[in-house]
Amino acid sequence: MRPAAPPVGEPTRRTGAFVRRRDRIRYAVTMVALALLAVALTAGILAYDNPMPVGSDGFWRIAELRVTSIAVILVVAFCHAFATVSFQTATSNRIITPSIMGFEALYIVVQTGAVFFLGASGVAMVTGTTQFLLQAGLMIVVATILYSWLLSGRFGNIHIMLLVGVILGGGLGSLSTFMQRLLTPSEFDILTARLFGNIGNADAAYLPYAVPIALAAGGALWWRARRLDVLSLGRDATTNLGLNHKREVIVVLFLVSVLMAMTTALVGPMTFLGFLVAMLAYQFADTYHHRLLLPMAFLLGYVVLTGAYFVLRHVFYAQGMVTIIIELVGGLTFLVYIMRKGRL
Amino acid sequence: MIELTDVTKSYSTETLIGPLTTQIPAGGITALIGPNGAGKSTVLTMIGRLLGLDQGTITVAGHDVVHTPSRAVAKILSILRQENHFITRLTVRQLVGFGRFPHSHGRLTPDCERHISEAIDFLNLTGLEHRYLDELSGGQRQRAYVAMVLAQDTDYILLDEPLNNLDMQHSVQMMRQLRAAADELGRTVVIVLHDINFAARYADQIMAMNDGRITEFGPPERILTDETLSRVFHTPVKVIDGPDGPLAVYY
Repeated sequence: MRPAAPPVGEPTRRTGAFVRRRDRIRYAVTMVALALLAVALTAGILAYDNPMPVGSDGFWRIAELRVTSIAVILVVAFCHAFATVSFQTATSNRIITPSIMGFEALYIVVQTGAVFFLGASGVAMVTGTTQFLLQAGLMIVVATILYSWLLSGRFGNIHIMLLVGVILGGGLGSLSTFMQRLLTPSEFDILTARLFGNIGNADAAYLPYAVPIALAAGGALWWRARRLDVLSLGRDATTNLGLNHKREVIVVLFLVSVLMAMTTALVGPMTFLGFLVAMLAYQFADTYHHRLLLPMAFLLGYVVLTGAYFVLRHVFYAQGMVTIIIELVGGLTFLVYIMRKGRL
Repeated sequence: MIELTDVTKSYSTETLIGPLTTQIPAGGITALIGPNGAGKSTVLTMIGRLLGLDQGTITVAGHDVVHTPSRAVAKILSILRQENHFITRLTVRQLVGFGRFPHSHGRLTPDCERHISEAIDFLNLTGLEHRYLDELSGGQRQRAYVAMVLAQDTDYILLDEPLNNLDMQHSVQMMRQLRAAADELGRTVVIVLHDINFAARYADQIMAMNDGRITEFGPPERILTDETLSRVFHTPVKVIDGPDGPLAVYY
């Protein structure tokens, strides 16, 4: 006979992600609600303001055109959610995000540098998916080397790291601006076309590459989720528990830079999206288990993005503004969070 | 047994630890004492492979701590630093559960749950096991950390100033529990202590360090003399007979 289930409010003498059954139920309810919301918003984007009658041939043709946006949002939400939660765990810090630490500024420098050094004609030779993969690869290599060096050893101090990261982000941004000033108008035009990305006009040709790569990196993080749980205890406790802290952090940072390269190449920088969804996931899930945190962060990211996209596109008729609303909401949340917590 | 052979570590040209060659026997409590900056914590963290050595070798139970895979070392020794700050919100039981990671890699077995419960009970945290760490007092939290290294079920336990920030009552409790861990569970405890009287009362051996070198090593009764302590701590110390053995007076 199985022992009777304990009362809802009573903890058992077992170790789990949640203390009480109540907490586990709350997590499941939140996940189901988010999933329903995600389905509703997806249906909304596909069907809202579709002039053809529902179910007709024409309806599905129009809906198909919008499926690309949904796919892009899926990739972006997945990348930002997994990258930010893993990055914050690896660095034992819940304030910094890959975006704040300059991962995206790095992407812009790589793009600008390509146009600057190769020129318009040189860049024209490497276009499409080749340049997408080349630039993503370059960004991954640079980011992994740079941040592994930065986050380990002498710069292990969080505050120095944050300062260096922010200055680095700003510095890379200035470097891009400087190079952009020296470009000829036609080269600058090409560059702008490359840097300008948003959900509305993301290049669908990248998706066949971005989806499997993002899935592979995300899957690797999922597979290492239990190590991530330990990593969140910090360097000394991780070493004590038998993991090579430096190697674990470098592996996580590599996977994070892969994810960031995919999303940035698709839709450009979204500074606060990752922070917003990671923070909401910590609040809603209220557990240290990454197998529970990561899917919730992903669902939250999808709901936030589709929600913003739906409202802007179909209610305000303002296409391409999604990043702006996310930055605004995310930036405000960031400020409120720091003000309330009062410390880093 | 913990063996140090010609171990050196330099922070700058002026501060050099070692060369140290010594043996800490298995079983019982060994206390590391000495003035600030003598290198006690450095030696402890080097034994616990949290800090690399410049030269020499350290073996614990015959295993070289630098070259043995970290995963294997985690089943032989556990180490607790002074400062512990976690970004995640954990309950006592969840924290103690992490101590089982070297054995279970995150998938807790019924055997793990038993070890966790035993460690929690051993440190009198049974009623608090589902409380979050940030809801506990400093003394309770310190006990939870010690429970985590106990649950790791290693023969060697290294603790860096576990009495820091504890009041009289909790310090005594902590030392009694460590004494019990050594006597009842057969663990080897190496501990950095600031209070020489705690070391004298509870430790089996005292290792005194000065300027990166081991200057004295022996049972408490041999270390607790006016002359030795005054030399180790660079301050006049008188040893008097207390009700439970010698007491150092230095106020």
